[in-house]
Amino acid sequence: MELKRVVVTGLGTINPIGNNIAEYWESLKNGVSGSDKIRQFDASKFKTQFACEVKNFDPNAHFDRKEVRKLDLYAQYALIAANEAIEDAGFDLEAEDLTRAGVIWGSGIGGIKTFLDEVTGYANGDGTPRFSPFFIPKMISDIAAGHISMKYGFQGPNYGTVSACASSTHAMIDAMNYIRLGKADIFISGGSEASINEAGLGGFNSMQALSTNNDEYKEASRPFCKTRDGFVMGEGAGALILEEYEHAKARGAKIYAEIVGGGMSGDAYHLTATHPEGRGAINAMKMAISDANMQPEDLDYINVHGTSTPVGDIPELRAVKAVLGEHAYNVNISSTKSMTGHLLGAAGSVEAIASILAIKNSTVPPTINHREQDPEIDPKLNLTLHNAQERPIRAALSNTFGFGGHNASVIFKSFTE
Amino acid sequence: MSDIASRVKAIIVDKLGVDETEVAIEASFTNDLGADSLDTVELIMEFEKEFNIAIPDDQAENIGTVGAAISYIEENAK
Repeated sequence: MELKRVVVTGLGTINPIGNNIAEYWESLKNGVSGSDKIRQFDASKFKTQFACEVKNFDPNAHFDRKEVRKLDLYAQYALIAANEAIEDAGFDLEAEDLTRAGVIWGSGIGGIKTFLDEVTGYANGDGTPRFSPFFIPKMISDIAAGHISMKYGFQGPNYGTVSACASSTHAMIDAMNYIRLGKADIFISGGSEASINEAGLGGFNSMQALSTNNDEYKEASRPFCKTRDGFVMGEGAGALILEEYEHAKARGAKIYAEIVGGGMSGDAYHLTATHPEGRGAINAMKMAISDANMQPEDLDYINVHGTSTPVGDIPELRAVKAVLGEHAYNVNISSTKSMTGHLLGAAGSVEAIASILAIKNSTVPPTINHREQDPEIDPKLNLTLHNAQERPIRAALSNTFGFGGHNASVIFKSFTE
Repeated sequence: MSDIASRVKAIIVDKLGVDETEVAIEASFTNDLGADSLDTVELIMEFEKEFNIAIPDDQAENIGTVGAAISYIEENAK
């Protein structure tokens, strides 16, 4: 059967460098760091005392008081981003067949703050269980998809994807495939995460995954730099409206880009470390390129996972070279995590949006905070250091890799009829 | 208004996000104050905590209005 084409017709975000799409793009192209001292709780006893938090966030500006109590922060971010994307897409929801509109939403952890608060309350009590009836439905990592569907009446396929830092990329690939197969016309897809709290920070700190560069916190997320020492936690959400092309055309929708391919693989290697030769990353990228019916030479930009950990960045660049060959020297490569920090399960969605905006604006957002060449990294690769670079972008590939060895790559293409 | 009544109303205002003027004695949690089944469970738990009582499930089912909550607590609070 012939697969249907899928286009992106709406975008929304709330993240550490922008509370909407316009702010996000301004920060991306200007190389703004979202890192700051942690404000959500007292982190003075933690090895890491900074993160990329969402700025100037007031839940009461978006939700009434009763809603706020029932929504973990990760679900609040999800609804805010989804709302911007829906409005951006300009649907007349009354005129749509909402049984053909679905939600597939990724979150690596879900409502970890809710879990922390409820369990702490129990532990501090006399043993009488007084768990809130909202404990479970606030915490579970599929509930954001449920909330979004209830808000807009979307009755098509509805679920969450969980693959750590690849969660929202898996969500987008699934959504794309259902539309390609004719199972639905519209998806709200993407992901959200809100785990900058005592449990999230403490857990990642114990894994020695995070940067502890408290003295230079603004510039601590420095992918590919010789002095990188771990990732910087981020939070927020990214939402994309994926729509069947004829459906979008019929309603005269604006089209940002076409989503043309996805690749997924497992490292089958280690709990947290990526395979040293990047075998899972290689397989995911190859599969995405083949799924898109493209050649490596058709890519102009790679938004890498590039978390700024000592062990992760090098295998990924090796994998890029293995897949692209000599063309690896022609593409722009950048890690926007240098600005946003690592949004974990939401990373794939905000980085997909960065890739789409890069295509639309013919501008590659930079990798900031780089200071010193790592001798293990090929100096001929264009890592888009310090400043954004203007160039036409025919297609962009975005990588995400999650703890557990989950790899997912997705390709967006400049739209032409 | 008794002390118990005012404390019950304060909990309802807080948990259901309603205005104090809506919390009439005859108001039903579900029909008038917008509570769903989980909200109702949460209200009962808050009453238990506030007044240090245990409300058995079969009793809780009968507490559907502001007045019923106040009466039950007045009879059972220590």
